[in-house]
Amino acid sequence: MAKSNKPIFWGLFAAGGTVTAFVTPALALVTLIAAMRYSPDMFTYDAIHVFAAHWLGKLVIFGIILLSLWHAAHRTRVTVHDFGVRADSLVAIVVYALAGIGTLLTLVYLLRI
Amino acid sequence: MNKPYVRPLSKTSWFLTQPRYKRYMLREVTCLFIFAYTFLLIWGLKRLSEGPDAFQGFLNALHSPWSVLFNLAVLIAAVYHSTTWFNVTPQAMPIQRGEEFVPGNIIIGAHYAVWAVVSLIILIIGIRGM
Repeated sequence: MAKSNKPIFWGLFAAGGTVTAFVTPALALVTLIAAMRYSPDMFTYDAIHVFAAHWLGKLVIFGIILLSLWHAAHRTRVTVHDFGVRADSLVAIVVYALAGIGTLLTLVYLLRI
Repeated sequence: MNKPYVRPLSKTSWFLTQPRYKRYMLREVTCLFIFAYTFLLIWGLKRLSEGPDAFQGFLNALHSPWSVLFNLAVLIAAVYHSTTWFNVTPQAMPIQRGEEFVPGNIIIGAHYAVWAVVSLIILIIGIRGM
C-alpha cells in the first residue's frame, strides 16, 4: 500500500486547533487590554522583549504562530468552500501562501530579536 | 423518463436551513478571526524586533476604537472556538484505560483546567512581564 502523508498533516492540524484553543483567547484578552490602554505598566517593551529574547520564548512564539497560521489557513480554505466558492485550487494557493509568508516573517523577526 | 429529483439547495446559504448547520458555520467563521489575529501578532513581533520606539509605535497604533472592536471580536471568536473544540475532545480523542473508556467529562474537564492555567500564564507574562 502506498504510504500516505495525511496522518502528519492531520496531526499538525489537530495540534494547531488545540494550541489555538489554549492560547488565543488569553492572547486576544492581553491585546484587547493593551488596545484599551488600561495602564501604561502593562504589556511593556521590556517585559515582552525579555520573553522573546530567550531561546525558549522564541521557540514558544514560533510554535504558537506556526500552528495557528497553518490550522487557520486550512480551515479558511474549507470555510470558503462551505460558502459556495468552488475555486478550491486558487483558494488553497492564497491561504497556504499567506501561511507560508507569515511563517517566514515570524522566523526572520524572531532571529532579529 | 422521469427527471431525477434534485433537492433545491443553495450553494451559498445552505447552512441557514438548520440550526446545527448555522452553529457549524459560526464555528468555521471563527478561523478567519484567528487567521487575521495571527498576522497582528506577527506585526507586533516585527515592531518588537525594531526596538523600544517601534514597539511603542505598535502600542499607539493598537490604541484605537477599531482595534478594540477587532480584539473584542477575536476574543469572542476564540472563546467560541476553544469551548467547542474542548467539548468534542472525548469524541475526537477517546482515551482507553484497559477495557473502559475514560469518561468524557474527565477529558473535557482536564482541557478546561489546562486552558485556565495557560491563560493565567499568558495574562501574567503579557500584562505584568516575566
